Amino acid sequence: MSTLAITGGRVVDPANGLDGPADVFIADGRIVAVGPAPPDGFRPEQTLDASGRVVAPGLVDLAARLREPGQEHKATIASECAAAAAGGITTLCMPPDTHPVVDTAAVVELIHQRAEAAGAARVVTLGALTVGLEGTQLAEMAELKRAGCVGVSNALRPVHDTLVLRRALEYAASHDLTVFVHPEDPHLAQEGCVHEGVVATRLGLPGIPASAETVAVAQILMLLEQVPARVHFCRLSAARSVNLLARAQYDGMPVTADVAAHQLHLTEMDIGFFDNNCHLRPPLRTRRDLEGLRAGLVRGTVTAICSDHQPHDSDAKLAPFCETEPGISALETLLPLALRLTGGDEPLDLAAVIARLTCEPARVLGLAAGTLSPGAAADVCIFDPHAHWTVEPDRLVSRGRNTPFTGWELEGQVTHTLVGGRVVFQREDPP
Amino acid sequence: MSARDIQLDDQGRLRHFLTIEGLSREILTEILDYAENFTTVGHQPVKKVPLLRGRTIINLFFEVSTRTRTTFELAAKRLSADVLNINISASSTAKGESLLDMLRNLEAMHCDMFVVRHASPGAAHFIARHVAPHVSVINGGDGSHAHPTQAMLDMFTIRRHKGDFTRLSVAIVGDIMHSRVARSQIHALNILGVPDVRVVGPETLIPVEAPQLGVHVYHDLAEGLDGVDVVIMLRLQRERMSRALLPSEHEYFQCYGLTPEKLARARPDAIVMHPGPINRGVEMDSAVADGPQSVILEQVTNGIAVRMAIMAMTLGRAGGEA
Repeated sequence: MSTLAITGGRVVDPANGLDGPADVFIADGRIVAVGPAPPDGFRPEQTLDASGRVVAPGLVDLAARLREPGQEHKATIASECAAAAAGGITTLCMPPDTHPVVDTAAVVELIHQRAEAAGAARVVTLGALTVGLEGTQLAEMAELKRAGCVGVSNALRPVHDTLVLRRALEYAASHDLTVFVHPEDPHLAQEGCVHEGVVATRLGLPGIPASAETVAVAQILMLLEQVPARVHFCRLSAARSVNLLARAQYDGMPVTADVAAHQLHLTEMDIGFFDNNCHLRPPLRTRRDLEGLRAGLVRGTVTAICSDHQPHDSDAKLAPFCETEPGISALETLLPLALRLTGGDEPLDLAAVIARLTCEPARVLGLAAGTLSPGAAADVCIFDPHAHWTVEPDRLVSRGRNTPFTGWELEGQVTHTLVGGRVVFQREDPP
Repeated sequence: MSARDIQLDDQGRLRHFLTIEGLSREILTEILDYAENFTTVGHQPVKKVPLLRGRTIINLFFEVSTRTRTTFELAAKRLSADVLNINISASSTAKGESLLDMLRNLEAMHCDMFVVRHASPGAAHFIARHVAPHVSVINGGDGSHAHPTQAMLDMFTIRRHKGDFTRLSVAIVGDIMHSRVARSQIHALNILGVPDVRVVGPETLIPVEAPQLGVHVYHDLAEGLDGVDVVIMLRLQRERMSRALLPSEHEYFQCYGLTPEKLARARPDAIVMHPGPINRGVEMDSAVADGPQSVILEQVTNGIAVRMAIMAMTLGRAGGEA
């Protein structure tokens, strides 16, 4: 029996309402106890000194593209699981838009095998809602669920036909699968690549209006009045969407939502004169939208913060703005960007932010992760909440160096990450 | 760090010419004043000055253009530079050579300046960020973003007719949404102190946040032209009939086509401009295009002098250090 004690840290475990000094005791990859003293008969073979640090459950990330299978020139499951570990993330959820698409059990099994071989993080995947994500024929959702998919989604691809959308929601509900929806009306979004606002007006870039999102959210909410499905809205970007969702939740609809960490810190203004690293989907919107998203997070309308990690090879960003591929490499900035929402006059405290990175996203996925409860897998993130570091793309573990946060000084740095009680990441130069 | 500075060198002089936005009134005025010196070059028997002798300028056109490319070519030749025209159809870049590879190859031929036209907004900024430090980039039009040399030749033409910018009313009519010319003109007019800049068109062709650019929006042509000193008509691209932006050319002309009757709402001495080429009978009646208030051909002539000034200023910094 291998045993480990993490001592002297501030344990923040929102699922159990814990926030204070305590030790964490681990045996055979599981949490045994959290408290001031070891349980009777517990002898730690190893001790990890966490004084001055926060000991939290490993982060659960609702959206990370690992680029494998299909785009290994950008990144691999192994490379990005290592990056996740460096970011304190122990469970990653992949959208199904790999090549090939996750619409057969074989692809799910391949992903699980590669992730297990990498070993640095747990990888779960969403299955396709429609075959090939083409929006016409339902995917074999029951089969995908048996293979281990934790939900279904059409990722960024639209389902043009409203009837197909309705049937897909109904069918997913019959198999007790949550449908993960990226709300974007394809007609209103057209070939847009930035928010339809001041920056689009100035730079002559084709815009995606906020209504592309709100119309799609409203469409799903209206369908849900008839269809008893469970829907999770992915990557909200518009304040008005949060309002629509709050009303639906008030009416008792089973809908949840997440937001990408960068949407809580950047606006369209950060595009400046065509900064390709700010080319995102959904696009960065206005200050008012940013504040609306933050308010939604505080009120609990939006329950999870995710990375929306999209690593790219350098060529993918070396072109005029609209011709570049959208997305940022975000695993390693997820935690510190979320921590920026605490302190000072911010309405969220540390435990509330940790909840939105751990037990809340785990709940969306229906996983027992994101907690330090006795018996749970010992997935732990230990970080120094006061360590300052400057984002330098070349020092990221991820193969994707595409970040708009270059030069930002962030506070909060992961020092150790444990998956199943095993140290999968340890910072070489703890600050 | 600030991308705003990319077109200026560390002494605040023009290094690239990518957009009017962010430039000072002093620089714009300097360009206009400098261009005055070149207006007579075309009238001399020897139509050349030796300012850029030995320099190599590449016109890199990813979009078809006759007028702009020709005036850039003439401007460069009248400055005694060597000029190479490269027309790249969209298909040849699609064959796999990236824009950056192509630039590296051209740079290896030791050129001093790229004049770039490209269909994608921001293309000129992208190229300017990646060229060797001694190479200057001039934006000859990038998608719907900017066409700063066109805007400067328009300012030059306005100044020659109207003198003081700070008393003028200027109306820009047509497809503002997709117009790089309009965006550059709006910046230039605001920077030069024009107190009343108007844009006129249907809501489908006006960008959502147009007032933030410093313009007043009008949907009615007669109202928008009331008492203005300068009328700038924009070209209407045929493809605007798709995408439900407009019902028909016929209806567009009825509402926004410039006829002598509608022009009568402007001041009697108002001038009429158009960046060319004109769709006669769509945005403008021939009676106006060829009428006494039209300065459209003068714009073309002025384009050479203004482009000479901009090329000489960007390449001629401090006697042209490498």
